[in-house]
Amino acid sequence: MFATHSPFAVGWGAGSLVIENIDFAGILLGGLSAGTVLFIVSVGLSITMGLMGFVNLAHGAFAMFGGYVIVLAMNRAHVGFAAALALGFLAAAALGAVLERLLYRRLYRAGELDQVLFTIGLIFIFIAATVIVVGPESQLLTLPQSLRGQLDLGFTHYRTYSVFLIVVGFLIVAGIWLAIERTRIGAQIRATVDNRRMAESLGINVDRLFTITFAFGSGMAAIGGGLGAEFLGLDPQYALKYLVYFLIVVSVGGLGSVVGVYCAALLLGVLDFVLKLYVPKGGTMFIYVLTILLLLWRPQGLFGRKET
Amino acid sequence: MTDISLETEGLGRHFGALTAVNGVDFKLAAGARHALIGPNGAGKTTFVNLLTGVLTPTRGRVLLAGRDITARAQAERVKLGIARTFQINRLFRGLSVLENVCISVAERVGAATSMFYPAGRRVDVIDESMDLLDTLKLGDAARHCVSELPYGRQRLVELAIAIGLRPRVLLLDEPAAGVPSAETHIILDAIERLPEQIAVLIIEHDMDVVFRFAKRVTVMVGGAVFAEGTPREIEANPHVREVYLGQAALSAAHG
Amino acid sequence: MSVALAPAGAAAAAARLAHPAARTLIRRHHLRWWEALPWAAAIGFYFAFPAYLAFGTELLITVLFALSLDLALGYAGIITLGHAAFFGAGAYAVGLLAFHGIWTEPITSLALAALVAAAIGFASGLVLLRTRGLTLLMLTICTMALLQEAANMAHDYTGGFDGLPNLPIAPVFGVFAFNPLYDNTQYLYALAVLLVSFLFVRTLVYSPFGQSLTGIRENLLRMHAVGAPVRWRLTVCYTISAALAGVAGGLWAQTNAYVNLSALDLDRAATVLIILILGGYGRLYGAFVGAVVYLALEHFLARVYPTAWQLGLGLLLVLIALFAHNGILGIGAMLWRRYGRGRAEA
Repeated sequence: MFATHSPFAVGWGAGSLVIENIDFAGILLGGLSAGTVLFIVSVGLSITMGLMGFVNLAHGAFAMFGGYVIVLAMNRAHVGFAAALALGFLAAAALGAVLERLLYRRLYRAGELDQVLFTIGLIFIFIAATVIVVGPESQLLTLPQSLRGQLDLGFTHYRTYSVFLIVVGFLIVAGIWLAIERTRIGAQIRATVDNRRMAESLGINVDRLFTITFAFGSGMAAIGGGLGAEFLGLDPQYALKYLVYFLIVVSVGGLGSVVGVYCAALLLGVLDFVLKLYVPKGGTMFIYVLTILLLLWRPQGLFGRKET
Repeated sequence: MTDISLETEGLGRHFGALTAVNGVDFKLAAGARHALIGPNGAGKTTFVNLLTGVLTPTRGRVLLAGRDITARAQAERVKLGIARTFQINRLFRGLSVLENVCISVAERVGAATSMFYPAGRRVDVIDESMDLLDTLKLGDAARHCVSELPYGRQRLVELAIAIGLRPRVLLLDEPAAGVPSAETHIILDAIERLPEQIAVLIIEHDMDVVFRFAKRVTVMVGGAVFAEGTPREIEANPHVREVYLGQAALSAAHG
Repeated sequence: MSVALAPAGAAAAAARLAHPAARTLIRRHHLRWWEALPWAAAIGFYFAFPAYLAFGTELLITVLFALSLDLALGYAGIITLGHAAFFGAGAYAVGLLAFHGIWTEPITSLALAALVAAAIGFASGLVLLRTRGLTLLMLTICTMALLQEAANMAHDYTGGFDGLPNLPIAPVFGVFAFNPLYDNTQYLYALAVLLVSFLFVRTLVYSPFGQSLTGIRENLLRMHAVGAPVRWRLTVCYTISAALAGVAGGLWAQTNAYVNLSALDLDRAATVLIILILGGYGRLYGAFVGAVVYLALEHFLARVYPTAWQLGLGLLLVLIALFAHNGILGIGAMLWRRYGRGRAEA
C-alpha cells in the first residue's frame, strides 16, 4: 500500500551526509544543495499546475521513473553520467508526453477530486511496476570520479557534488527563466497561464503547448530524481515518500512561478538542514507551522498571482 | 419614506492603479425599470459587485432605502433585499430545477440552518418553489437536472433563483447573454412580467432589449456616469451615439 | 401580474405538491426497504463468521470513518487529504485518558473523543475553509502532519513512535468486557456506535441544512448570492465531520486497545478517501460499499500478492477517475437509470 513509514517520518537523509565541520557555510551549502534537488524535481510540477490547473500528485513518479533510468543506465549499462542524465530526461519526457496525450488530457476539466484520485492511482501503478520490473530494493547512484571528494572554495572545503548541484540548479533556474521570458514558447506559456481562452483565440495551440510543457516538466523531474538519488535515495516508494515536500515547495512558491519554486525549495532545503542538526526532534513541525501560516497569509504562495 | 430604493454616493473602486469605478452617484427608484449600458470595460460589472457586496468600495457609500449598507457583507445585503443574476449561469448544476429554486427559497425563509428534520417536511418551501416555476413556465421541467435544459431555460432558472429571494432590488447582469436569439423572448417575457414593486436594474448590451424594457437608462463610460435619461433621450444624445454606438459600429466592423 | 407573491389556493397547492418533482423531494428522506440490508448483513456476519469478528470490527470502524469524510467531502465538497487528523485526535484522546488511568469508561470516552476532534475541527476549519483547491488540500495535509509530529514529540505522554499499548478499557455498561481473543463485544459495540452515528448523519444529510451543504458543493458563488453564510456553514459541517471521525478513532483505540502514530498518517487519510470514492461519495451508502470492497480485497489479496494488489488498486483508481466519476454506487445508479427506468418510479 503506501510507504511503510510516512513521508513525514523520513527526513532528507541528511544524516547520511558526511559532515566534517559543521560551520555556517557548510550548513548553508548542504541546505542549498538539498533545496536544489527539490527545486529540479518540483519545477515541472509548478509550471504544469500553473498552466493546466491540474493537481498532479504523480509528478514524483516521473522523477522516480527517470531516476531509475539514469541509475540503471549507469550501473548496468555503464553509460556515462551526462549521457545517462540525458537518457533519463528523454525517457521521462516521452513517457510524460504519452500519458498527457492519452490520459491526463481527459481530466483537465474534471474536478480536483478526480485528478487527485487519478494521480494517486498512477503512483500506485508506478510503484508496483517498479517493484515488478526492477525489484523492491533501493538503487545506489555511483558518482563519476570527477564529482567525488572535496572542493576547496577558498573560505571552506565542501563536497564537490553538492557544489556541483548548486551550480547546476542555478543554471537551470536561469535557463528556464530566460526561456519563459525570452522565447516564443515562453511567451505562449505566459499568455496561457494568464488567460487560457484569450490565448486560444490568439491562435496559440494550447493542446500542443500542454504536451510540450508536461513532457519538459517530467524530464526535469527525471533529472532531479537522478541527481538527487544520492540525497533522497531511490526506491519504489520514492513518489509517495516525498510527495508532501514537493507539494509544499510548489504551493509555497506559487503555482506557475519558476523563481518562486526556486526560492521556496532553497528555503525549505536550508531550513530542513538547520532544523535536523539543531532540533532533531520536532524540527519538521516548524516547517509545517510555517507552511500553514504562509498559506493562510498568502493562499496563492510567495510568488503566485492572486486569483481574480 | 423615500421612493429611492437603491442609491450610491461617490462610489469608487480601484484595483492598484486601475480605477474601475470612479465616484458614481446613482439612484434606482422604487419599482424602477432601469438599464445600465456602456462599452466593454466601462466598469458595469464592478459596479454591480459593489452594490451586492462582492467587492468593497475604496470610497463612497451604498444606501438601500435610505439606509447605509456600505459595510454590510454580501449575505446580509441579500437578506435586506438585494438579489442578482450572473452574466454566466451559476446554477447548482447537479440538482433538479425544483431543488435549485428550493435552495434559494429555503435560505430566504430561514430554514437552511435546521439540522434535525427532513427538508421534505418543509412543504411550504417546496410549494412556493413549484409555484414560482409555474409562473415562469418552468413547471414541466421541474424534475429535470438543470444542466440538461437548453441554455435559454437555464437562464430562466437563474432568474427564478433570484426571484425566490423576494428581493426589493433585482440586478440582472446581461440576462440574455449567450441565449440563442430564438430563445431570447422567453427571458424577455419573464422579465417584463416581474412584480411591479421590485426595482430592476438591468445591465445589457442588446439595445433592443434595453429600449423594450427600460424606462430609464444610465450610460457608464470609463467607470463614471456619462449620461442618464429616458431611452429616447439617450438614443438622441449625440455624445452617447459617438461613444457607445460608435464603438458598437467599430466592433461590428471588426466582427 | 405577480410572479412570486401570488397567493395560492389550497387546491392549487395540492396540485403543485403532487407534481413528480415535488413528490420526489417530499419523499426523499423516507426509509427504503433495502436500507435494512447492510444492518442485516452485519448481524448475519456476526453469527456466520465468528472467527472474523476482528476483521468485522475494523470494517465497521472504517465505514464510520468514511461516513464522516462523506459528510465533509461528499456533501459539502470540502476536498481534504487530512481527515486522519481527527481520527487520530479521537484515538489519542481515548488512549491518553485510558493509558494514564484517568478515564476508561468506553461510551463517555467516545463522547470526549468526539469533543476533542470537534474542537480541532472547528479551530482548523475556521481558518482553513477560507481557501479552496490545492491550498486547502495542502493545509489539511499540513495540519494532520503537524498533529502527528506533536504526538511524536510528546513522547513522555504519547509513547512517541511506539504509541500506547495495552489500554485498559472498562466494560461497556460495566458488564460487557472487551476480550482481546474474542471480538464479540467489540464487534457489537462498534456496530451499535455505527448505527447511532449513521442515523445522525442520515438525518443531517436530508435536513434543510444538508440541502444547503449540497448547494455549497454544487455552486459556491451562487450560495453566497442567495445570502447563505457559506464559511460558517462549512465550518459547522467540518466540525461535525471531525467529531464523527474522532468517534471512529476512539472506537479504533478502544477495540484494538492501543494507539500509535499510524492513526495520524497520510496513509490513513488517503486510504479513507480512496474507500469513499471507490464506493461513491455524496450518497451515504458509498462508505459501506467502499469499505467492504476495499477491506475484503486488501484482506485476501494484499497479504498474498501485495504488488499485484497495489497494481490492481492503481488501475482501478485510474479507471474510476476517468470513467466512473462516482464509484461503485455511481455505476450502479447509472445502470439502474439506463435499464431499470420505469420500475424505479414504482
